[in-house]
Amino acid sequence: MSSSVFAVPMENYIGLSAIVFFLGVMGVIVRRNPLIMLMSIELMFNAANLALITFAKAWVNAAGHIFAFLVITVAAAEAAIGLAIVVIVFRRAVNVDVDEIATLHG
Amino acid sequence: MIAFWVLAIGLIATGVFTITARKPVYSVVGLLGNFVALAILYLTLNAEFLAVIQIVVYSGAILILFLFVIALLSSGVKPFDVGPDRMPKVLVPALIIGAIALATVVYGTARAPSPAVPSIAAGSPGALGPTGEADVFGSVANFGQALFTTNLLPFEVTALLLMVAVIGVVLLAGDDEPARQRPKSRGTGREPIAKPQEPLTR
Repeated sequence: MSSSVFAVPMENYIGLSAIVFFLGVMGVIVRRNPLIMLMSIELMFNAANLALITFAKAWVNAAGHIFAFLVITVAAAEAAIGLAIVVIVFRRAVNVDVDEIATLHG
Repeated sequence: MIAFWVLAIGLIATGVFTITARKPVYSVVGLLGNFVALAILYLTLNAEFLAVIQIVVYSGAILILFLFVIALLSSGVKPFDVGPDRMPKVLVPALIIGAIALATVVYGTARAPSPAVPSIAAGSPGALGPTGEADVFGSVANFGQALFTTNLLPFEVTALLLMVAVIGVVLLAGDDEPARQRPKSRGTGREPIAKPQEPLTR
């Protein structure tokens, strides 16, 4: 499939993207440090970007690049707001364990 | 070919290091390697502008933000450390869910229709070409053309999103002094109410 466009098959890029996304999911589920959880979310954003750019090349369509650009912007906004929330939570809480932060528990 | 496998192994290794590191600072270092490897992968996918953006925005802005927060939080008295992770409890469910997701993606990719033949003739603007040349697919000129003509509205919405994010961050973490002084003023406000009651009891 499209061997003339890609030096390696496109499926390799998509599989790599899936693996990196899986690593991000694992980080969010398993870790309890909120900073590392945020970094795992960044890993997932990057995996999605890799898939978008791979498909953009497969279809020679710049829309994938535009979408990846927007994802990077959203990731920047998410990191800023997430880190702000982490800062204000840590400023008040004694512990930094996300399982014990249940102030919004209703 | 070799570059892809080297980069893939580097990407996975730095990702694993990121989510298994004991301290967040080590995670940031792992994430830095991950972003750089990913930027080089973008170059192999004819996305030179996005490769540069990846380095500038992710490695330059987001990681520095993470480092600032880590330095800010660990400068206090207590060491910046959390208890044991949820590894024993959720590792097996996480692995199962991840395997299902991975299998879904692989299955979907294998069944996907093969990409259509690019309708853009080779040599014309926007066609696939060697990375680094002007006006090929993914170059700065081509990306800017697509961003500022076809996708101008999403670009403007991006500006609005960033402004909302900035305002939200300032509101969340910017000025904490009024929130801290409010209980004090309430505490001093109670005393004049309590003092006139004392002569009445006497």
